[in-house]
Amino acid sequence: MTENRPILTIKNLKKSFGTNEVLKDVSFTMNKGETKVIIGPSGTGKSTLLTCINQLVLPDSGEIFLKDIDVTKAENMNTIRQQIGFVFQDFGLFNHLTALKNVMIGPVKVKKMSKADARDLAIEELKRVGLIEHADKYPAQLSGGQKQRVGIARALAMQPEIILFDEPTSALDPELIGEVLSVMKELARNKMTMLIVTHEMGFARTVSDEIIFMEGGVIVEQGPPEKLFKNPENRRTGEFLFKLTELYGEGD
Amino acid sequence: MQLTFMTLGIGLVLSIPFSFGQVYGPKWVKILIGIYEKIFRSIPGIVILFLIYYGLPNLGIQMAPFWACVIGLGLRSAAYQSQLFRGAIQSISPTQMRASRSLGMSKMQGFKNIILPQAFRVALPPWANEFTIVLKDSSFAYALGVTELLREGRYIIATSYEPLLIFLMIAAIYFIISIILNKSLAMLERKLSIPGFEIREKIK
Repeated sequence: MTENRPILTIKNLKKSFGTNEVLKDVSFTMNKGETKVIIGPSGTGKSTLLTCINQLVLPDSGEIFLKDIDVTKAENMNTIRQQIGFVFQDFGLFNHLTALKNVMIGPVKVKKMSKADARDLAIEELKRVGLIEHADKYPAQLSGGQKQRVGIARALAMQPEIILFDEPTSALDPELIGEVLSVMKELARNKMTMLIVTHEMGFARTVSDEIIFMEGGVIVEQGPPEKLFKNPENRRTGEFLFKLTELYGEGD
Repeated sequence: MQLTFMTLGIGLVLSIPFSFGQVYGPKWVKILIGIYEKIFRSIPGIVILFLIYYGLPNLGIQMAPFWACVIGLGLRSAAYQSQLFRGAIQSISPTQMRASRSLGMSKMQGFKNIILPQAFRVALPPWANEFTIVLKDSSFAYALGVTELLREGRYIIATSYEPLLIFLMIAAIYFIISIILNKSLAMLERKLSIPGFEIREKIK
């Protein structure tokens, strides 16, 4: 919370698919350098919320501000998306490109950076996620955890204002989750602004500044992790957290 | 040979934007391309050629037999190729496009840089098939009086009286060209294969 003006402001966001109202009036803000975690049962619109923020899914109503720009009314969404990193549950790495080129392609094609500069940048980002020795491998030659770390490096290379993580560890074997979470912890320590949908309670509890508990398309409760874990205001929050902690453990 | 390459060329140039339109375009584009593709795939090649060469002059459009063949077979091949590419594009996971868009690429950039290079690899084997079909269909041009391989053969037979031998030679020429082309495309396919991505080992 180094700056007063929020990086991301979401006001009264609504989205329905047919008759299914997925988001019913969601509002919250994020400040620079904050890490917020969204939790909640599946089908409560957590992923939809993330995809609405970078307009991969168009909301029905409501406002989304990235700093001062209303994303929902933006003329050129492509320039805004450059500032919003996205990490996918199923990685979304470009299969025909090496890890290095996966990280390079954004800066080269979208930001028109020279190949040499983009290569240097990509090497930096791959070092940051600890994968420099795998730079020339193709996605199919990497493990799930490694793929996701390349996915994070690819998002970082665009030097975004904020990174959205859509269940980044849900597709991973348990022993590979740790390596991805530790990269994310490092980012949090370096004050990267991150909005994360996850079921990793240990991570949520130790790393996040705030937890947002969503159910049935609304935010039931939000607050600092310790408050939500120790004395939640809403009974459902307590029940859900108890169940998840029982399932996934308290983490480190 | 020239006929084959020009036909495939027209087909390729038309079919890539067609397939892009059919997958990512607005609804009316999809419908329009759908109609085009159904018409040209449902009419026999020879009928298309006759329509263009003998039919169009009624509307004041006249062309040399060679060009009637190139255009007729080219339009037909475009219809087949666009279906082939559409299938290849649709076989690429939608996350690939979503990821491209999330980096700030436009739809066109995502298609060109991410989808097409992958779809091209998927499309290569069926495309080799289309290549041989077009090569063999170039003999339709015979019907419009274009001097292609078959007609050349008839000329020789007229003076040599060796139909079996000459026709066998024509068959052999088609066979050899097909084999060479298919072999080179298979080599290209191997060269472009993505490490670790395709299943190479035998399943027992």
